[in-house]
Amino acid sequence: MSEALQQIGHLLSFPFAMRALIVGILIALCASLLGVTLVLKRMSFIGDGLSHVAFGALAIAMVMQLTNELLLVLPVTILVAILLLRNGRNAKIKGDATLALLAVGSLALGYLIINLFGSGGNVAGDVCTTLFGSTSILTLENTDVWICGIMAALVLLIYVLFYRQIFAVTFDEDFAAATGINTRAYNLLIATVTAIVIVIAMNLVGSLLISALVIFPALAAMRVFKNFKAVILCSAVVGVAAAFLGILLSFMPSPTGKAVPMGATIVAVNLGVFVIFALIGLLKKFTNK
Amino acid sequence: MAQLTCRDLKLGYEGRVVAEGLTFSICKGDYLCILGENGSGKSTLAKTILQLNKPLAGSITFAEGLKRNKIGYLPQQTPVQRDFPASVQEIILSGCLNRGGLFPFYSRADQQKVHKIMKQLDIAHLADRCYRELSGGQQQRVLLARALTATQELLLLDEPAAGLDEAGTKELYEIIDKINKEAHITIIMISHDHEAALSYASHILHLGKEHSFFGTTEEYKGGAEK
Repeated sequence: MSEALQQIGHLLSFPFAMRALIVGILIALCASLLGVTLVLKRMSFIGDGLSHVAFGALAIAMVMQLTNELLLVLPVTILVAILLLRNGRNAKIKGDATLALLAVGSLALGYLIINLFGSGGNVAGDVCTTLFGSTSILTLENTDVWICGIMAALVLLIYVLFYRQIFAVTFDEDFAAATGINTRAYNLLIATVTAIVIVIAMNLVGSLLISALVIFPALAAMRVFKNFKAVILCSAVVGVAAAFLGILLSFMPSPTGKAVPMGATIVAVNLGVFVIFALIGLLKKFTNK
Repeated sequence: MAQLTCRDLKLGYEGRVVAEGLTFSICKGDYLCILGENGSGKSTLAKTILQLNKPLAGSITFAEGLKRNKIGYLPQQTPVQRDFPASVQEIILSGCLNRGGLFPFYSRADQQKVHKIMKQLDIAHLADRCYRELSGGQQQRVLLARALTATQELLLLDEPAAGLDEAGTKELYEIIDKINKEAHITIIMISHDHEAALSYASHILHLGKEHSFFGTTEEYKGGAEK
């Protein structure tokens, strides 16, 4: 054990590992905050769908050989998010099918485009990277850390400033609108934040696993806590802790001696935490009765 | 002085007309029950009064002092709320939001107001309880408290007794009656409970396929006997 710790300590002395850890934690923080809103609005799958759209946009950006892929991916994803979340709860029924259509459509088109026009020799590797998270998180530069830092600060700020409105719009959109709250604007805000978080988080766990970062911490928190504030705080803590642990675990040598995929490890830790919280929730229920 | 006047309203959604030719007005302190069959446009009318829907034709005018979007609303429960992790206090406080202000926390005055209303509705002891663990009647009282926090002018209640047992229903009607009589808050209630409507309401609006009735409860009773 102490040997493993020593190895981790040694690894963290490298700037690339430190950067991966910082970025990972910031992304997890944003995703878990957002997750509470999305889960409660019955939109858990939006993260998944949007990340597929982002994948399609990324494929186009790669083929166009843009220097900064974010310039294309971010606007496209934000646009789709706004279209999907525009009407809030009321869009849900039709939105469900639309989302599925958009998601698989972009996934297929993205894959097609990469195969047809991709310049790199290693198509399978590229695709696998985008879908399951890249090792590129280890090759992050300082600018990436800054971008993530700024995004995380922005999401945090929005949650602190508009916490009450986000609660009102999530709990009861009709009541909020009837008593004079601009629900449309807040839905727009939530959609935009969702898109930003998804695009940034794709770096960490890839587009297939992103939903896990968004929904697991929220679901875990909701097993145990029963008021909104506690759920949000707990979700953030769970998200950050799971990301921290997952990244450290992925740095450790695996029993089989093969490389450990970071994204999948983080998700696995999240799953573990969820199971523990679900058990605690059950226990609480029984002891109360 | 009418608080709310509807003239020649035509209601509908997605191109389908559900009710037309609605003309009525409500004064401060009135207790209006909106009756009608399923699909007669009761909920559409409610959403139109709340300005969540636009009328297809006609107009709704509000008296001065009753600002647009200043109507307390008790909506029907949505599936989202049934497993929403929120404390009673959090929910009632959210009724304070419409007073605006950019400061991201509730003020002391807001908290005191909420406390007062909780006492009034006899739910102060539930403040820290989880909403989804309350009984149906308690949940309705919480939502009623939230509506009262949002406004002291006019409340619109959409089938408030739906899903309540007999005792819970009676209790809720008594509370609403008290709010109307003692605090002089105008009540608009959508209901399919004729009996209760006739014993509590001062005015009745009956939405019908052919024509709609609007008048005092006495007039409605008189009409029904003919």
